[in-house]
Amino acid sequence: MIRNILKKIAEIVLILVILSFFVFLLLYIAPGDPAEKRLTSQGVAITKQVLDAERERLGLLKPFLVRYGEWLLSVIRGDFGISFKDDMPVAPKLYKGLLNTFFLAFTSLSVSLTVSFILGVSSALRKDSMLDHAVRIYSFIANSLPNFLISVLLMYFFCIKLNIFPVIASGDIQGLVMPVLCLSIPMTGRFIRQIRTEVLNQMNEDYVMGMKCRGVKKHYIALNIIRNSLGHIFTIVAIQIGTLMGGSVVIEAIFRWPGIGKLVMDSISARDYPVIMGFVLIMGTIYIVVNTLSDMLDKILDPRIEKE
Amino acid sequence: MKKRISRKKAVKIKLVIMAALALSVVFLTLFAGVIAKNDPYQTCATSIRTAPCVDYPFGTDNLGRCIFARVLYGGRTTIAATFALVFISFAIGTVIGMVCGYYGGLIDRLLMRLADITLGFPQMVVAIAVAGILGGGIKSAMIALGITMWVSFARLARSHTFSIRSAAFVQTARFAGKNDAYIIMVHVFPNLLAPVLTNALTQIGTTMIGLSGLSFLGLGVIPPAAEWGAMISEARAYIQIAPWAVIYPSVATIITIIIFNYLGDVIMDYREVR
Repeated sequence: MIRNILKKIAEIVLILVILSFFVFLLLYIAPGDPAEKRLTSQGVAITKQVLDAERERLGLLKPFLVRYGEWLLSVIRGDFGISFKDDMPVAPKLYKGLLNTFFLAFTSLSVSLTVSFILGVSSALRKDSMLDHAVRIYSFIANSLPNFLISVLLMYFFCIKLNIFPVIASGDIQGLVMPVLCLSIPMTGRFIRQIRTEVLNQMNEDYVMGMKCRGVKKHYIALNIIRNSLGHIFTIVAIQIGTLMGGSVVIEAIFRWPGIGKLVMDSISARDYPVIMGFVLIMGTIYIVVNTLSDMLDKILDPRIEKE
Repeated sequence: MKKRISRKKAVKIKLVIMAALALSVVFLTLFAGVIAKNDPYQTCATSIRTAPCVDYPFGTDNLGRCIFARVLYGGRTTIAATFALVFISFAIGTVIGMVCGYYGGLIDRLLMRLADITLGFPQMVVAIAVAGILGGGIKSAMIALGITMWVSFARLARSHTFSIRSAAFVQTARFAGKNDAYIIMVHVFPNLLAPVLTNALTQIGTTMIGLSGLSFLGLGVIPPAAEWGAMISEARAYIQIAPWAVIYPSVATIITIIIFNYLGDVIMDYREVR
């Protein structure tokens, strides 16, 4: 067991090193010079001398591998470097953004899981009823809606036509409603589908037939089915974690939510390499860790998977 | 028995309808030049933000450009880029998958390891970072999304090649002295085409969402080029004055994605009942 866990950790670290190397390489070969961006934003007239001095100061003149090695070593020590844009340390910036993003993502996840669970279970239990058809149509359409589009349409109706919510998220509860809706609607589409399938699978299991034959009450059978479907909830969330991350970057950029996604969008245009690298590393870590945990959980809950 | 036949028929009818709808969307954008009277790039100072009327069926935008024409031409950009991206990932992924599945050994282990690692990347996060770093342009947006897209094709092609490789007709071909390239092209490829193509069709919707999402963020198509995501993003600023400039490209995006997503679902159903 311990050996397996150590192996898994080594694997995660390897993937993260490759991911970060790849992004670092991309930043290296891509057009756009951070020194130039910074000087322009400060209003300094660009001469070759000034530019070279700035590049030297930001450490851009060293060979590629040296730069990557230095970055990797400092990250291992917990130091994400200094922002190219405003000379502030990157780690607190990322931390602050991450907290805001977590708040947004967690709220959206709770909302969409609650809604999807109710709709998914009730539509599966009443398969082929009107409710089931309505829920399936909803989940199909919600799944086909890009979240940037939902944001625009909701903004139009709620902020402009009805004037209920502020257009720019301010961090209070009112400002939270729109971003959460935009993130939740496409997610409910996928969750409902998965939960419905899961419940339908459970309904075909032998134990359900057995209970039916023994004349167990209907709602009691339903309760058992729900309890057994709940075991897979973590897997269902893990599958969506990547979509949630990408979606939150888009939504944060639209609503100016001060999360890590908005931070990285601003940093990309400023070519703020340390922030971009930190973002990729943190998001990659969360993604891989969540997926690995869900794999492991599946194996613990259902030992048959290991043998297959 | 009777019920199964009728289900088969129902799926078939659905398939024909969805395929026809998808084709008509493609043709609408393909013949944008014939259908739309106005030039999508022609700015006009006298007809800025005109509400929908006879001359401009969908109205005009902030620069007086015809939105109807821009929606049609923009669809061409979105759909062409999506198809190209899905096809390229399909081609690369299938070749990698077939080679891995057929030969096995070290190449297989290395490439599948790479696929596992790529699966470890969150797609949209990588896409946003990569598209942003590479700078705007539809090409960089396609590269950004393609980095993670080939994997599903490669895995699927590999697992099918695995089972086809041990089939009797492949063994016979080998005894008949056919070389590997011939066996892969003539025996393996046609047999795995159906499942892999189905996968390609189901990817169209998500790819479209990804591409227009990147354009919306300003990381895809560079204005003034017409593209739905970019149009919506541009017109968002004056949605209060000219809502039609946002509504029509949005509706076009939603309808197109729904059609292609549903087509993918129906094809999966069709393969199931057949």
